[in-house]
Amino acid sequence: MIEVKNISKSFAGHQVLNNVSAEFHPGKVNFIIGRSGSGKSVLTKCIVGLMEVDQGEIFFDNRNFTTLDRWDRKDIRQEMGMLFQGSALFSSLNVEENILFPLQMFSSMSKSEMLDRVNVCLKRVNLEGKNKLYPSELSGGMQKRTGIARAIAMNPRYLFCDEPNSGLDPQTAIVIDNLIREITYEFKSTTVVISHDMNSVLETGDHINFIYQGELSWRGNKHEILHSENEALNNFVFPSKFMQQIREKLRG
Amino acid sequence: MSSVYFHIGKYFLLMVSTFTKPEKRKIYWKLIIQEVDKIGLQSLGIVALLSLFMGAVVTLQTAANIDSGWIPRWTIGFTTRQTMILEFSSTIVCLILSGKVGGNIASEIGTMRITEQIDAMEIMGINSASYLILPKIVAALFIFPFMVILSMFIGISAGAFVGLTTGVVSLNDFEYGLQYSFELWQVSYSLIKTFFFAFIITSVSAYHGFYTNGGPREVGASSTRAVVYSMVLILVANYILTQLLLL
Ligand SMILES: Nc1ncnc2c1ncn2[C@@H]1O[C@H](COP(=O)(O)OP(=O)(O)O)[C@@H](O)[C@H]1O
Ligand SMILES: [Mg+2]
Repeated sequence: MIEVKNISKSFAGHQVLNNVSAEFHPGKVNFIIGRSGSGKSVLTKCIVGLMEVDQGEIFFDNRNFTTLDRWDRKDIRQEMGMLFQGSALFSSLNVEENILFPLQMFSSMSKSEMLDRVNVCLKRVNLEGKNKLYPSELSGGMQKRTGIARAIAMNPRYLFCDEPNSGLDPQTAIVIDNLIREITYEFKSTTVVISHDMNSVLETGDHINFIYQGELSWRGNKHEILHSENEALNNFVFPSKFMQQIREKLRG
Repeated sequence: MSSVYFHIGKYFLLMVSTFTKPEKRKIYWKLIIQEVDKIGLQSLGIVALLSLFMGAVVTLQTAANIDSGWIPRWTIGFTTRQTMILEFSSTIVCLILSGKVGGNIASEIGTMRITEQIDAMEIMGINSASYLILPKIVAALFIFPFMVILSMFIGISAGAFVGLTTGVVSLNDFEYGLQYSFELWQVSYSLIKTFFFAFIITSVSAYHGFYTNGGPREVGASSTRAVVYSMVLILVANYILTQLLLL
């Protein structure tokens, strides 16, 4: 479980996160949702330590991440996998080398064991045989899947996905969502997904955290979201007349 | 002014990260060899071309300027040697390389920054500064001296060739000039400078790339800044080192 306790973060006087607390549960897909610019990526970067928080603490299974220095964080880092918004594949390396990268750095496997692991991961994301392609030769969906394969190469306990289906067509987006959900249940990872795609939130959201103006404004699951009276949340999830009608129907 | 101190501080902190706790040795060897190719071998053409023409021009210039009978013809060989060894092959070649190599390093690392590739490394627990920057610095420290020596050879040979074919100097005179009051220390002085220049180019350019913030436009700006700062620092270092080493 990841626990975020009272974290605040500002940039040059501009408060982006204000006293945010949240919990992310193992074996579940935990969502962080909110409008563009609401601070979702900043919150995630604070959790994984790519940004330092101004205030507050972050615990990874009761280990206080905030107080560790960068060398001690390394152990927890190696239990993390992350899919970045733009995939962030290493552009000078092919698909196979991208997935090999964390293995070569940190595992004690032999070369052939590593290649086996690469192929297992590629199979998991339905990219068998694409080993030698370069990121520039892949479609957006394939890049995301390669990103997922790289993120799961080290069997992460904690999996972070920043807008995994932004820039994808709805069908490909669902493929990615399903993949993330299956991997989460399979490996019992604590998965944190940032999204503003309502489709995937309402489909997969075991735990949903809604960020509004830098604060945690609502939390619940996909069923509770229908019955929430939080105005900001309702405006965000059901922005159009059409969606509001659907909400009324679903509420019965 | 405070921003100057801010940058100097940030630069030194980056260098500390770069030189602490590198990842697996084996991986570094491979990276260093790749970088030797990228920043060294792929710049050989420009270094050779530049040295060829500079050596030739210095020889002709000197010949054209010693019309008076009081100055001996061997001065042509002497001047060509001194120019190439003392200043041209180290300082000018490194200034040119800061444009090619420095610009490349800044845009490569800058692009990795804005596309979150550096974040992706950090999240795996990799010391990204060390992984990305250390191999470039080591490779440059290793290969630049060879390129500078090559430049000296090509420049002096081109001078000799042009001198003889145009008939402004005889082989004997040119050779006498080349050997006249020659000390190996002059080559060492040039190589010592080269080590400093190699470090400046790679580390300063890496710094500008590493702290790129924004999009492709900012990568371009970082690349330009990398070249300008490297060049200015090379010029300043050249002055300081010359004063320290030769006086
Ligand atoms: N490195 C940074 N420096 C300054 N401001 C930043 C930085 N990163 C994000 N911000 C600001 O923080 C706010 C939230 O950004 P972000 O978390 O990326 O939003 P989103 O919810 O769309 O992911 C934005 O106003 C953005 O301008
Ligand atoms: Mg974002």
